[in-house]
Parts: sequence; C-alpha cells; structure tokens
Amino acid sequence: MLNIYGDRGNIISLARRAQWRGIDVNIVNQGVGGAVDVEQTDLLFVGGGQDKEQLTVCEDFKGIKGKSIKEAVEAGAVLLSICGGYQLLGHFFKTGTGETLPGIGLFDAWTIAGKRRFIGNVLVESQVGGEKRTLVGFENHSGRTFLAEGTPPLGKALVGFGNNGDDGSEGAVYRNAYGCYLHGSLLPKNPWFADHLLLTALRRRYGSTVTLQPLDDAVEERAHQSVVEHMRRLGTVRSGVS
Amino acid sequence: MDPRLSASLLAGKTALLLSRRLGIGGGTTFPGTVARRVDPSATAKLVGRLSRGATVVTGTNGKTTTSRLLSRIMQAADLHPVHNRAGANLIGGVTSALVAASGLSGQVRADIGLFEVDEAVLPSVLLEARPRVVLITNLFRDQLDRYGEVDYLARIWRQGLAQLDEQATVVLNADDPLVANLGEGLRSRIVYYGLQDEREGLPSLPHAADSKSCLHCGTRLDYSIVYYGHLGKYRCPNCGAARPVPEVGAVAVKTQGTAGSELVVATPRGELALHSTMPGVYNLYNTVAAVAAAEALGLDHAAIKQAVETFSAAFGRIERIPVGDKQLFLALVKNPVGFGEVLRTVLSDGHSKNLFIIINDKFADGTDISWLWDVDFELVAGRASFVMTSGLRGEDMALRLKYAGVDVDSVLLEKNLGAALEKALALTPAGETLYVLPTYTALLEVRDLLRRLGHVGRFWED
Repeated sequence: MLNIYGDRGNIISLARRAQWRGIDVNIVNQGVGGAVDVEQTDLLFVGGGQDKEQLTVCEDFKGIKGKSIKEAVEAGAVLLSICGGYQLLGHFFKTGTGETLPGIGLFDAWTIAGKRRFIGNVLVESQVGGEKRTLVGFENHSGRTFLAEGTPPLGKALVGFGNNGDDGSEGAVYRNAYGCYLHGSLLPKNPWFADHLLLTALRRRYGSTVTLQPLDDAVEERAHQSVVEHMRRLGTVRSGVS
Repeated sequence: MDPRLSASLLAGKTALLLSRRLGIGGGTTFPGTVARRVDPSATAKLVGRLSRGATVVTGTNGKTTTSRLLSRIMQAADLHPVHNRAGANLIGGVTSALVAASGLSGQVRADIGLFEVDEAVLPSVLLEARPRVVLITNLFRDQLDRYGEVDYLARIWRQGLAQLDEQATVVLNADDPLVANLGEGLRSRIVYYGLQDEREGLPSLPHAADSKSCLHCGTRLDYSIVYYGHLGKYRCPNCGAARPVPEVGAVAVKTQGTAGSELVVATPRGELALHSTMPGVYNLYNTVAAVAAAEALGLDHAAIKQAVETFSAAFGRIERIPVGDKQLFLALVKNPVGFGEVLRTVLSDGHSKNLFIIINDKFADGTDISWLWDVDFELVAGRASFVMTSGLRGEDMALRLKYAGVDVDSVLLEKNLGAALEKALALTPAGETLYVLPTYTALLEVRDLLRRLGHVGRFWED
C-alpha cells in the first residue's frame, strides 16, 4: 500500500544490484492481511504513502503483520522504511487532526505532526557500516520524529530538517532495521547504502565471509554528486561538508 | 459604470502593457494580480457581464489541451470565449484574461469565459466566477511537494462543488474513481463521460496508478479494464460501488500511433464520428472531455466535429516542428502517469526511437523528482537508438534509465541544453524524428531555444 511516492526505486535498486552480481531475488508484495514469512524473509521494505493508505497499514500492523515484522527484525532480517512507513514503526504517530495512530514500537521513537511541512533536498552524513559517508534524498513530511535516548539515528542532517528540524538527527536504527525520511528514491543515488543492506542480509544467511563483487557505479556517483552540487549552488549546504 | 472596477481595469491594463513591453512572461498573470489588488471582486464583476457565464476546467492531466479544444469548439459554434492562455492558470491568470478582454468601462468583448485552472485554486475560482459548467478531467499524483496529497485536493474540490446550485452542470470523468465520486450528493446536474470501447485498454493497473481502493469502504477496486493510470472500468467487490454509466462515451476508438485516433462518441443527441490528430489514449480522454463539456453547453455537433478535426494540441503538450530534413516531436512530461502514456504512445510502433529527455526540478516542475522511479522506463530498453538526457536533474534521469535496463552506452548526458539539442539532432538520421520530452520549465527553455533558432513563435501568441 505504501508505494506511491517513488520509493519503488529502492526495490529496483536492490533487485538490480543483486541481479548484476548473479544473486537471485524473490520479491514478495505484501497486501493487507497475513503475516511476513519470518523464516524466509531476508530484507523488508516499507515505503511512504498518503494519509489514507497510512491508516490502512496502521490497522494492518495491529495484527499478525506487525508482530511478524518485529520477529523478523529480532531474528536479524534487514529492514528499510521510509517516511510514512518509518513513522508506523515507532511507538505512535499523532496526526495533524489530533488522532493517535499506534505504531509497532520497533524503533524507540515517536512522531507528532507539526504545522509546517518539511520539504526539500536533504544531505545526511552517516556512519552506518563503519565509514563516514553521505546520503542524499528528498524529504516531504509534516511529522516530527523524536528518538528516545539510546536510539541511534541513521545520521546527521547537514542539509534539510531531518527527523524533527530541531536536533539535527535523521532517521533511526535498530539492529538491522533502518528508518528515515529520504525519498529520491534513496537507494539508487546512494549505492553504498544499498550494498550495505544487501551485504548485511547475505551475511546473516550465508555467513560473515560473504563479500559483494564491486560494480561500476559511475552513473550512480555522478547522480549523487550532482545533488550535492545542486544543494551547494542553492547555498543550502552548511559549512563542514566537503 | 463602476469606478472601482474601472480603476482596477486601468491598473491591470497598464501592467499588461508594461510586462509585454518589458517581455516578462507574455503578461499572463501579473496584470490580473494588479487588477485584483485594486478591486478584489473584479473577476466576479466581469464574469457577471458574460452572457453565457463561465466554464471552468481542472484536473491533473489534460486540462490545457482540453480547454484549448473546447475554446475551438466554442468559436466554431460562433461564441466569443475569453480564455486564459499559456498555462497561466492561477486566479491571477483568470483575472488577467478578463482584464485583457475588457474595455476600461467594464464592458467585456466576449460572451463566455473559459478558464483552465490549477487544481489547488479551483475552490476560489468556483467562488469568484460562479461557473455554469465545471469540467474535471482526472486526479493523479502530480507534484506532491507542492500540494501534499491527492486526498487533500479531492476534499477541497468536494467542498467547492457543494456550493454550486441546480443551474450549474458538473462534467466528470466516470473512469476515474476519485473524480466520479465527486458527483455524489451534488445539487448540480452531472454529466459523466468516459471510454466505452475496451480495445485500447490494458488488463491490469500499471505501477504508477494512484487510486485503487473504494472510497466508500476501502476495499481494493476490481478493474475489468484499465485505459491508463487508474482510469478504467471499476467496481468495488465489497460494497458494489461502481463506475457511473457515462452519458457521453467513446463507443468505438482506434489509436494510430503518433498519427492520431479515430473515435465515435455517443451523446444524448446522437453519435459523433471524429478523427483527431492528437495521439495516445490520454488524448482520447481530452477529446471526449471537451465533447462532454460542449454537450453540457448545448453546442452544435457540427461545430464540435469541425473543431476536433482541425485541432492540433495546445502549447507544447504535443508539437511537431520541422528542423531541416528532420522533425522534432515535442511533448510535455510532468507526472508519472503522463510520462508513461507519452512513452507508450511514442514507442507504440515498435521501431527504435531517438529520444531527448530534459528533467528540471524547479517549483513549477515539482522539486521532488522521486516520481521518475514510478515511470515504467523499462519500456524504453531495446527501443531507443539513443537517449540524450539534460536538465537540472539530467543525472537522475540517466541513472533511472540504467536501472530500467536501458543500455548504458546509449544514454548520453549533456547539461548544456543548446549543446544537448545540437548533439541529439546530429545523432538523429535524416528523415527521422527526435522525440523531445521535457518537464514544464524545461519545455519553456526548449521553446525559447527553438525560437532563438527561428523555429517557433512566442508562446502567448498561439
């Protein structure tokens, strides 16, 4: 359901980057009802959507769907969630109309709608996977997400509002599960992060010796760099970014 | 004589003269904004002087083409429409058109208003212009960063339409569940239009489709046929809510690639057989929409037929421009569904095409280009001799094509638009067509470039 905001690029990126390396990918679309197959699932993706769809997914998460997602992550599955999906994986989302949508509490975090929508290009510095690297994306959210103490963010927003426009954090991490506000789509322009997700999923199933064959990412890097340049031209990049 | 209105018209006309003299945007919005500042009810007053009132057209895709066609139909029926042009579709653009068509004392040299309006301003235009006919074409995800949500637009439209009385007619696309649903509970007369012939349909919803669930009960709608995006014949398997039967429906259609279409439209006054030079299924909708609005206005079938058959598409939506021994085919792309349809039309004959795609991310284009990932560029793989990419987000376009499986060596990037056009034309063999697909502001740049090269006229003159 949460698939109408260009977030499909993430699935395309993961599938292509696996196929280019000769790795078979089986994509299962989750509808309303039923559970995630905890045994078989290596990588879960929850995208963004409009209010109506988010409500439907919220209802669905209250049942065995939500429980099975938590079980899969506890068992080491990799998960990427964006925007509306990210919000429903925290404790709750208090919407602009005052309603409280319960989340599944995978991330020790919560979201409260603000008046102004946070819209624009985002540059994040992240240390996920060890090395300090950048992520580029586009945010468009009215919800402000707050992380409980001890919940690590995905990174630091160098450009853009990030989780809440206040503490400079962007996204959240729990075990191999990641949440963030980055559309764009996120993974195609940030191939290192796509590969991090793939490698984590492969190592969990096939052991820590698995490595990924390097790919020619010139087109990806060029697109990544052009967004950074674009932000620099618009004068939105804060000092300290190379 | 209304002194305030006269002052407003004088101010607006001065602004019009100035902006034309200075060459700012053809003077399409600014004069209206000035006039409104002097007399905020200028629009309402001037519309009140039109003997046949106003007709308003909105929707995500097709509003410019549809209103241009409707304008031609009105003219063929001996009406004199005042029409806001060149995509100046905010409230200031509507007022500008009225200012330009009025004398200083407030007499309007027109008998009917035809206003194409942006989705978000429909409610205020309904309030000010009190239209006798409102046409809504469709509702797709367009520029999420600008308006937030499709649901939001549907909500404000519903509230706006509820203000219309029994005298008004609302013309709605029956094939779009979001639009058809707006007809429920209105006091006004409703005319539904749609496609009836199933030969041009697809068996399933393409990815970029937006609305798939029933507005009454949330159940996923069953589609027996999909024409494009989420437009088709649908029914809710749970509560039984179904597509209304169109009063104006295309009962026989045949598309002929980029050459155009043949169609037969059934109306309450009998069938109309039409030939249109506008290609693609999405233009079938534009044609049927204009016919339905003309029906609502009671215009002659002969006038409809004459206008449809001599009409070529509006400003930049589709243009064919000869350049030496080659041809440019120019089509605006602005959202996932529209882009998908343009690709489907351009690539329909199976021959390899020469493509030039220009993606900008300025405000009018939508600053978020995520939507490119919802377009099925997989269609292009193996069917393009080359794809030249350019624009502020040309790199993103080239990346999208790589992940769509388009041969990386056939995808070129040239950031300078002039150089990109020159290279793309050089790569296009003599006698062939270069298909140029720009976003909105990129289209303006291409037009400007072509004009400087001496190929097309200034856009507000057409």
